[in-house]
Amino acid sequence: MIDILIVLLKVVFSMMWFLVIALYLTWAERKESAVMQDRIGANRANIWKFRIIGLFQPFADAIKMFFKEDFTPVFSRRFIHNLAPFLSFFFVLTTIAVVPFGDVLRIGGKEIKLQVIDMNVGLLFIIAMLSLSIYGVILSGWASNSRWTLLGGLRGAAQLVSYEVALGLSLIGLIMVFPSLMLSSIVHFQGELLFGWLPKWGILLQPLGFIIFLIAAVAESERVPFDLPEGESEIIGFFTEYSGLKWGLYMFTDFMKVLIVACLLTTLFFGGWQVPWLSADGFHWPWGGEWLLPHGIVIALQVLAFNVKVFFFCWFQILVRWTYPRFRYDQLMDLGWKVLIPLSLVNIIGTAIVMSVL
Amino acid sequence: MIKAFGYFIEIIKGSIITARHFIVNMFFHILKLFGIKTKRKGAVTTQYPEQKVEIARRHRSLHRLMKREDGKPRCVACMLCATVCPSECIYIEAAEDPDPEIQKYPSNFIIDLTRCCFCGFCVEACPEDAIRMDTSEVEIAEYSREALYYDLDKLLG
Repeated sequence: MIDILIVLLKVVFSMMWFLVIALYLTWAERKESAVMQDRIGANRANIWKFRIIGLFQPFADAIKMFFKEDFTPVFSRRFIHNLAPFLSFFFVLTTIAVVPFGDVLRIGGKEIKLQVIDMNVGLLFIIAMLSLSIYGVILSGWASNSRWTLLGGLRGAAQLVSYEVALGLSLIGLIMVFPSLMLSSIVHFQGELLFGWLPKWGILLQPLGFIIFLIAAVAESERVPFDLPEGESEIIGFFTEYSGLKWGLYMFTDFMKVLIVACLLTTLFFGGWQVPWLSADGFHWPWGGEWLLPHGIVIALQVLAFNVKVFFFCWFQILVRWTYPRFRYDQLMDLGWKVLIPLSLVNIIGTAIVMSVL
Repeated sequence: MIKAFGYFIEIIKGSIITARHFIVNMFFHILKLFGIKTKRKGAVTTQYPEQKVEIARRHRSLHRLMKREDGKPRCVACMLCATVCPSECIYIEAAEDPDPEIQKYPSNFIIDLTRCCFCGFCVEACPEDAIRMDTSEVEIAEYSREALYYDLDKLLG
C-alpha cells in the first residue's frame, strides 16, 4: 500500500515539476528575450494590482486560450485533427518518467529512488518518445488538409529523419564510455573522479559528442534556428488550422521539449544530480579533508544541483533561440547529413580507439 | 570544413554578444531591485501609461483655436485652412461680425479628426495665427466617431 502511494507521489511530483517549469518557461522566454534586447518584457498581468515582475503572465495566457473559440475546419479529418496535439503532448510528457532527480532517499527504512521508473533502457525510451512526438506534427499537418500545414508536416518529417540519426549516433560514444543505457547508472558513473580530482562528467569524456548532441537536440525541439516545421515567416506551419487550447498545447509541447532536452543534457553530459566531490555522506575534497553532511541535506543538495543545471540549459536554449537567424531548408539538410552525421561517426571511431589504447 | 569552422567561431561570437547584453542588463536590474540607484538602466523602456515621454515643442498634436483678449476666436473665417487642408477635414460657417475691423467670424468651426492627417498645413496657412497644433495632446482616441468631430467649443476650450 505504502509503496503504491510512494510511486503515485513520485508520478504526481515529477509531472507537476515538469508542467509548472514548462509553464514558467514561457514567462522566462519572454523575460529573457526582453532583457537581451534592452527591454523589460511582459509585466502587466496582475491580481489586485500585484504584478510581481509579470509572474501571472502564463496564467493570463492560459485563461485567454481557454476562452478562445476552438475551431475545427470542415475540410479536416476531424478525429485525427483533434487527436494530433494530444498525441504530441502525451509522448513528451511520458519522457519525464525516466529522468533521475536525485539519488536514493532513505526515510524510515524505505529506499526511494528519486526517479519515477528506473528503466534499464531509459535513454532509448527518452529518444524513442521524443521521436514519436513528431507524429503529432506530421498527423496535424496531414489531417488539417490544407497546403501549408502539409508542407509543415513534411518538413517536420524531413527534419526528424536528418536529426534523429545524428542524435542517436552522438550518444553511442557516450554509451561506450558509460557502459549503460540506464540513466541512474550513467549519473552514478559520472560521480567518479578523473586523476583523483576532476569529476568524470560526460562533457569531459565526450566533448565532440556533446556539441553534436547539443545541436541535434536543439533541432529536436523545433525552435528558431531549426524551426522549419513552423516557419513563421514563410509557411505558417503545421498548426495553421489550430486555434485556442489545441494551438496552446502545441506551443506548450515546444517548451516541454526544451525542458526535457535540458534534462537530457544535464543527465548525460553534466553529471545529472552530481555535485562535484559530494558523495553519499558529504563532501570529500580532493585537496584532503572532508565535510560530512546528514543524508537529507545531501539529497536536497543533489536535487538543487540538478535543478540549477537544468535551468542553466533552459536559459542557454532560450539564448540560442533569440540569437540566431533561422536556417534555410537546404542548409538544415546540409548541416544534418554532411556535417553532423560524419562528425558523430568520427566521434564513435575516436572513442573506440582511445578506449582500446587506454 | 575549414569554412564551417569559421562559421562556428562566428556563431559563438554571436551568442557571446547576446549573453553579454543579458548579463549586463540583468546586473543593473538586480541593482535596482536592491534599491541602488545607477546612472545606466537595465532597460530603455518607457512604461507608457505611467511614464510619458516629453513631447517636443514643434510636435504637431491636437489643434486649438486661439482667442482674442475679449475671449472671441481670433479666426476671421477666411477659409484658407479649409482650402489648404489635403484631407478636407475642416468645415467653417462664417457669420458677420459687428466690428467692421474684423468683418467675419466663424459661427461654426468643425475639425473632423477621423480624417485629419496632422500635416499642419492649416497652421501654416492661417494669416491670423488663429489655429495652432501645440497642445501636446496626443491621446485623442475615442469609442465613437461622433466624439472626434471637434467643434468650436472643444477647439477653443
